[in-house]
Amino acid sequence: MHPILILVLQRLGLGLLLLLAASALIFGLTEILPGDAAQAILGQAATEENLANLRAEMGLDRPAITRYFEWLGGILTGDMGTALTNKLPIGDQIARRMSSTLFLAFWAAIISVPLAILLGLIAVRYQNRWPDKLISGITLASISLPEFMIAYILVFFFAVKLFWAPSFASVSPGMPLLDQLHAISLPVAVLTMVVLAHMMRMTRAAILNVMQSAYIETAELKGLTTFKVIYRHAFPNAIAPIVNVVMINLAYLVVGVVVVEVVFAYPGMGQYLVDAVVKRDVPVVLACGVIFAAVYILLNIVADVVSILANPRLRHPK
Amino acid sequence: MSRELEHLSAKVAAGKMTRREFMSRAAALGVAAAVATALLPAEAKAAPVAGGTFKMGIQGGESTNSQDPASWASDVPLAGGFLWGEPLVELNSDGTLKGLVADSWEGSDDATVWRFKIRSGVNFSNGTAVTAEDVMKTMERHSNEDSKSGALGIVQGIESMRVDGDVFEVTLGVGNADLPYLMADYHLIIQPGGGFDAPAAAIGTGPYTLESDEPGVRMVFARRPDYWEGDQSVVAHYDQVEIIVLNDATARTAALQSGQVDAINRVEPKIAKLLDRAPTINVLSTQGRGHYVFIMHTDTAPFDENELRLALKHALNRQEMVDKILQGYGSIGNDMPINAAYPLFDDTIPQREFDLEKAAEHYKKSGHDGSPIILRTADGAFPGAVDAAALFQQSAQAAGIPLEIKREPNDGYWSEVWNVQPFCCSYWGGRPVQDQMYTTAYLSSADWNDTRWKRPEFDAMLLEARAEIDEAKRKEIYSNMGRMLNEEGGLMVPMFNDFVDAVSTKIQGWEPNPNGPQMYWKTGKYTWKA
Repeated sequence: MHPILILVLQRLGLGLLLLLAASALIFGLTEILPGDAAQAILGQAATEENLANLRAEMGLDRPAITRYFEWLGGILTGDMGTALTNKLPIGDQIARRMSSTLFLAFWAAIISVPLAILLGLIAVRYQNRWPDKLISGITLASISLPEFMIAYILVFFFAVKLFWAPSFASVSPGMPLLDQLHAISLPVAVLTMVVLAHMMRMTRAAILNVMQSAYIETAELKGLTTFKVIYRHAFPNAIAPIVNVVMINLAYLVVGVVVVEVVFAYPGMGQYLVDAVVKRDVPVVLACGVIFAAVYILLNIVADVVSILANPRLRHPK
Repeated sequence: MSRELEHLSAKVAAGKMTRREFMSRAAALGVAAAVATALLPAEAKAAPVAGGTFKMGIQGGESTNSQDPASWASDVPLAGGFLWGEPLVELNSDGTLKGLVADSWEGSDDATVWRFKIRSGVNFSNGTAVTAEDVMKTMERHSNEDSKSGALGIVQGIESMRVDGDVFEVTLGVGNADLPYLMADYHLIIQPGGGFDAPAAAIGTGPYTLESDEPGVRMVFARRPDYWEGDQSVVAHYDQVEIIVLNDATARTAALQSGQVDAINRVEPKIAKLLDRAPTINVLSTQGRGHYVFIMHTDTAPFDENELRLALKHALNRQEMVDKILQGYGSIGNDMPINAAYPLFDDTIPQREFDLEKAAEHYKKSGHDGSPIILRTADGAFPGAVDAAALFQQSAQAAGIPLEIKREPNDGYWSEVWNVQPFCCSYWGGRPVQDQMYTTAYLSSADWNDTRWKRPEFDAMLLEARAEIDEAKRKEIYSNMGRMLNEEGGLMVPMFNDFVDAVSTKIQGWEPNPNGPQMYWKTGKYTWKA
């Protein structure tokens, strides 16, 4: 078997173990939180009597270990169970929410990743001159502002003042693609602004690092144009750190956008997870947590594999 | 200037300004009377217009919500619930009742036996007719032993129930003249077969049917052609009602400003006045029964000493709280849970004044050892609770009372702090009648007696008033109870909060209802779009 295939399989096996550990950790943490689903649902309306009734109905009166292994047994057979709070099947909910989240993340990534790399290349080409400073200035300013602040500013100008885009992203199944894109235009813009700086600065730094090498000097002495030197000789050798940062940002676009979801009332996974934590809906928290962990682990495997493939020394180990 | 006039004219259309007021404001803007008259909408209260889609952007929905009425506790589920379902009766804005599923009702002289005649010709949205049997089953589901319904406390007093033809009869252990009011509770939506088989099926007798439901995201409702109260020109004028969950206050405001929704709830008091200036928006506030409280356990030291309680009550600057916490969208409280929005309220009960000298005097008499008195608060206790606690601390310290604030996390506040710690911030949503409010939180045996107020003589007055048919006598008893709480109770009521809603100027027919925000969630039924 090819060594890289073995590596991927090893990583996947380790990933599964990690997921198991993550689920146990999440379950343990939800147990530490004060109160339980029954109390959270009844809130101020709780009495001893209806609390006990509700706990029995949800099965919360049984020991924690039993509940965890029941959940684990279910998930191994592909059954995520039903939510404690509204009795809806978690699988259906997650399928819908996850596709919303991926839809938003996909369009944000499609715009932000090429844009960040292109801006990084331009910044290197005009290093320390005004285009570099302008690009760095704008992207650093947008990453320094909290997401909700950027969101509110965009909403104020583009939704309330100019009526160009809707102020909240209402996407329903069966909506034409163009309408969906119009609906999510502001959240995509916010996410793009938030992740741009990190990837752009990394691209710039990684390429500048490579630019010090002797072979770059050779290329320049051959008489190649600066841009050609950058994308033919420097960029391929700087790809490993760039891919790592891109993957971290992609993972962020999937698991870390709850603030943007709240501001734009977008029905993604983040909001679902937060609601579930507030209501102590443990099966939902576990399902979301494991999926988020899986996204991180998978994207990290991809980043590692790409780094290896991009490096001839690692690609052909002696 | 034309924008200003347009705004004024829209306000007249929405019933927020009288014609006379409009003419004088127009004159002040330098507009000739004839021109101003032409600018007035054709009729200040035009006939309802049928059709259109009404979109509400509402706070208070989670992905954990269910359509089971027993589980409702937040704004979104019950706003949707009143579209597809109906209880026996509904609360009018003037404090009276309107029969829905119940056509009429009567009580025995001692108010222990109540007979509700079920309206004929009312169908569930699945086509079957409502029977007294369905009503009884519904009450059974909310009151039986393994009920987890939020209405459990309300229906607990029922001793037995029976069906007599088209009459549903309730027998109570102790007489209760207010029983019909209790039947208006939003949990007690009448469901086919009581909802035992499918509690979350959203099948009821309401004017709309649930077409699409994404918990925590949106609900879409369509008008039923066979609604018993009449067609769209009479009531429930919209073709479609959409409820969109917008938990973020800024998102709600922006959605209304950009015209994506027609109505929003819970406008933040600090932006309400600014929002009202927008030409296409009306901010509507409703004096309600909800109130914010600082509550002391009257059985726990040092709060078991009434002199100390009085000292704290006198050190509370209520007007400052209304001005600074509610930005004027509310009224001052009087250390009892009742205000003028309740039927049978006695307005002659003297208002407790902010008086630092008296506070210091009572504090001295209490003999408190000077150790810190800890008030627990959290952002989630009520909007502005942390700031309100800080204001209270300032005024208390001015009277020499060593009040200290302990800030608690929102998470777990209702299970770990409220009704557990001896002194904390909280709120009450109010109830339709005084009896229900007192029974919920001030009866010795009440589960939610969050001030540990246990007075046999108070309980006796409450039970006496409950079974009393003579309204003058009831009013007197309630007055005495209010005075007693005001003097000795463990609750401090700095303020009653108004419900602050906002609607587009296109929405007409809005009328405040003290029972709740958004016309007690009847905007979809009673308003229309011009």
